[in-house]
Amino acid sequence: MSDPNDQVQHHAIPVRVTHWLMALSILVMIGSGWRIYNANPIFGFTFPELFTLGGDGEATLARSNDPGVANALAWHFAGMWVLAGSFLLFCLWGLASGHFRRDFLPVGPKSFFRDFLAAARFRLEHRLGSYNAVQKVFYWGVLALVTVMIVSGIAIWKPVQTYPLELLFGGFQGARLIHFLAMAGIAGFLLVHVVLVALVPKTLVAMIFGKASSPAHAPNLESGQ
Amino acid sequence: MTLDLNRRRLLGGGLSLGALTLLTGCDVSDDDAVQKVLASFSRWNDRVQAALFNGQKLAPTFPEAMAVKDFRYNAWYGPERAPRLDPAEYRLSLAGLIADRRPWTVEQLHALPQMSQITRHVCVEGWSMIGKWNGTPLATFLQRVGADTTAKYVGFECADGYYEGIDMATALHPQTIMAFGLSDETLPTKYGFPFKIRIPTKLGFKNPKFVTTIYVTNQQPRGFWTDRGYNWFSGI
Repeated sequence: MSDPNDQVQHHAIPVRVTHWLMALSILVMIGSGWRIYNANPIFGFTFPELFTLGGDGEATLARSNDPGVANALAWHFAGMWVLAGSFLLFCLWGLASGHFRRDFLPVGPKSFFRDFLAAARFRLEHRLGSYNAVQKVFYWGVLALVTVMIVSGIAIWKPVQTYPLELLFGGFQGARLIHFLAMAGIAGFLLVHVVLVALVPKTLVAMIFGKASSPAHAPNLESGQ
Repeated sequence: MTLDLNRRRLLGGGLSLGALTLLTGCDVSDDDAVQKVLASFSRWNDRVQAALFNGQKLAPTFPEAMAVKDFRYNAWYGPERAPRLDPAEYRLSLAGLIADRRPWTVEQLHALPQMSQITRHVCVEGWSMIGKWNGTPLATFLQRVGADTTAKYVGFECADGYYEGIDMATALHPQTIMAFGLSDETLPTKYGFPFKIRIPTKLGFKNPKFVTTIYVTNQQPRGFWTDRGYNWFSGI
């Protein structure tokens, strides 16, 4: 059982708790954000109401002349505290415990392109408990995107009190655009993330119960390179 | 195999939770208990925003060339249904914690000291527009009529059935004005003649038009859109 080659994935309690809080709040933020977007679309499309959060739009419109934007904003302004709080705790814990340094580093362009090319040819082995360079870059990327999301969100929520913060994004409407694009990036990350979890379901076990392991793999094509 | 079964149950559980969230998103939002939680968050946000509000910090102002001449009309009714108030008949009534509650005529209002501002109107829906407004600081008016400025709130009742209210700190902000003019013209009917309360530190819906009553109170005034679920403070 204790073969040193066994792959073991551990997730400490702070990582698991903040992971699921972030997961839940990001879903709330995206769902309500899409409804808010629909009230004044930046591009030539809107999101189907089914995939948005904010109640029955038609009923709300009939009752109070509001297409459910009030409710979506209420979700958004509640979810933002949960997201910002759990994200901050996750980052503080990741830095203080060495989780970021240990698991997300080292990473560089060389290892990224090597692993990216392998992944593109479906030849990248998933090793439970250690991240390849593509995964590391993805995690840094999504951490950066959530940071952009929070800062641009503050610029949109309080453009006067935080002025000139919005100028970082080219003004108020620029901040809205960046806020939208960062959302798209996070949504893309979520899609890949969930597909990969479905392919290696033990990662889900580890993220819920804290630990999952699989026996050492027989040598295969990838590890023989 | 037990682990495998657990895993399946977990996966199934996770997937159905996800599907449930997607499919019943509407029902979740319309649930009374959920509404109560969201309302508590909204009251918490009122307190946070009041603490964040800096009564001295000015909203950004813009060059005259950036002011939009044909300002966007916005209301829950069409411009043809905007109330037409007769300047000869109109009276602004005052109520609550105000010493001199005599009503004001349009002529008296227009005789107040005027200033102009080129500021940005930010709508809760996301659009924004820069305009030029002329008018009297609400603080000047409140002092003139002997309002108790240690009270907590200032409320507004409007000829179109609208009603709003703001915190005293915002009422006394130097850029909070009774706007009698837009784009160097007397405020046109559809924009709220004889005046609207122009507050560049609040979202657009906190800028009531066709104001007929101003009152000062310690009881938080209701707001038309706040009663429909929007956040009360709605500062920006």
